[in-house]
Amino acid sequence: MSLFVDIQKQLGSFTLHVRFTAENGVTCLLGASGCGKSMTLKCIAGIEKPDRGRIELDGRVLFDSEKHIDLRPQQRRVGYLFQNYALFPNMTVRQNILCGLCREKDHAVKERRASEMIALMQLEGLENHKPHQLSGGQQQRVALARILVSDPQLLLLDEPFSALDGHLRDALKIELRDLLARFGREVLMVTHDRTEAYNMSSSIAVMDEGRLLTVKPTKALFADPGSVRAAILTGCKNVVRARRVDEHTVEIPDWGVRMETRQEVKEGLCAVGLRAHYFSPSAQQNRFPVVFAEEMEEPFELILQFRYLNQKKDSPPVWWRLPKDKRPASFPEELGIAPANILLLYE
Amino acid sequence: MIDWYPLFNSLRIAAISCVLVFFTGIFFAYYAARLPRVVKGVLDVILTLPMVLPPTVCGYFLLLVFGVKRPVGAFLLHYGIKFVMTWYGGILAAAVVAFPLMYRTARGAFESFDENLAWSGQTLGLSDTYIFWRIRMPACRQGILAGTVLAFARALGEYGATSMLIGYTPGRTATISTTVYQLWRTNEERGAFFWVMVNLAISTVVLLTVNMLETRQKKAVEK
Repeated sequence: MSLFVDIQKQLGSFTLHVRFTAENGVTCLLGASGCGKSMTLKCIAGIEKPDRGRIELDGRVLFDSEKHIDLRPQQRRVGYLFQNYALFPNMTVRQNILCGLCREKDHAVKERRASEMIALMQLEGLENHKPHQLSGGQQQRVALARILVSDPQLLLLDEPFSALDGHLRDALKIELRDLLARFGREVLMVTHDRTEAYNMSSSIAVMDEGRLLTVKPTKALFADPGSVRAAILTGCKNVVRARRVDEHTVEIPDWGVRMETRQEVKEGLCAVGLRAHYFSPSAQQNRFPVVFAEEMEEPFELILQFRYLNQKKDSPPVWWRLPKDKRPASFPEELGIAPANILLLYE
Repeated sequence: MIDWYPLFNSLRIAAISCVLVFFTGIFFAYYAARLPRVVKGVLDVILTLPMVLPPTVCGYFLLLVFGVKRPVGAFLLHYGIKFVMTWYGGILAAAVVAFPLMYRTARGAFESFDENLAWSGQTLGLSDTYIFWRIRMPACRQGILAGTVLAFARALGEYGATSMLIGYTPGRTATISTTVYQLWRTNEERGAFFWVMVNLAISTVVLLTVNMLETRQKKAVEK
């Protein structure tokens, strides 16, 4: 099972140019809004046509501009879960699900498989409801049922949780993750939410302004984002300009400090990222005098902002995030960070 | 004894032209939305012109094309089709004038349609025809219904282009609106008043029916 995508599309002054291969499991396209994530999904589904390129699914060519292959969406067997679920408002739940079975000609089989899917997705009792009578979570289940029953070879999810309230979101994440595991085929999901990406995916493709920066296994990406954009998208709060001094030392001019790194520093380093969780008053390495700046309280955590002693005036304060119960009695005079926690960022 | 011919003639002209306009209006509304912007703009102006032009000017253009001495008119006459001074010429006049109402309302409805619905239908494997008739049209139902009613009402009340193209011949081309004018002109005030009331009654019934249909459909959706 694999999906290969290499497409280019010009939209006014915006250029979409992505190239990636996704293997089994859930791959997440992570990027800020307007970076071309949804357009990429639409190109794969055949709703939008790329200017150039090639899309291949399990060896089946869906699109090839050179060979003039451009399968219609109906022929691609790619399921697409829209942000607003796109349930047909004039049809009942059952009729919506039957739409996913339109390729099946045998009427009895159709009805049987619709009933099976309704049972599987726990939609019994709602068969004759219209979409607007359902809750957000139920609508999502109906939309998924309608897609899964059509037996797609690839499933595209466009911001699947954005239409839901916060408290529903976490419950549905687990539900959807298990469902996708059972589905057992390639899934490509679009999101701008790093937690969602981390929860759901086995690998992540980072997108920025129409370009695909990197594709990595999810945990590896969070451990080593590699680029400034990827570091910010994975939630790194402290991203600062830096230059290489030697193989294991970087200089951070804005903070007026030199730090030791565990990873080897290569030529072309432009910045480092330090996650807000990793500072510690007890760490002995990369330990420097600091001055307390601001405090912000969150429900269960505390954000303490500080400045290094020789930090430049115009550079923003450094974030330190810690659980509330670990709050020090007085703000420490020095803070350190382990060399392993310094992310090296290129480009 | 009242001669009911104008009523009969008006109704058949309005009904037939309304059916014609229903399909052509939807067709152009659907495809115009898909055209490149410049072509769309030009086409939009041409298709909407009959709405803003005085109906007599539309009638003038129709005579220019379908007059029996004009190439198109002469050609059609060769096959026995004559739009000038015939009752079915009235269909042409009414359709041309009513078309923009259908076209514009349908286009408005199509433009507010959530395209995700069509796309999800396509990815599920539904044919484009199915999506059009079973998903897009029901979703745009209210706009299309409103356009149809407006077009029917406009066709029923058409006077200017009709009088230019088919004139007024009692028992042959007379419609309600041309009859009202003719009777008024010849000082048959009571006759004119009668036909005015007939027209008023039809229009009221049409509008009431539509309102009823809409409330019924709203209830059906809510159920």
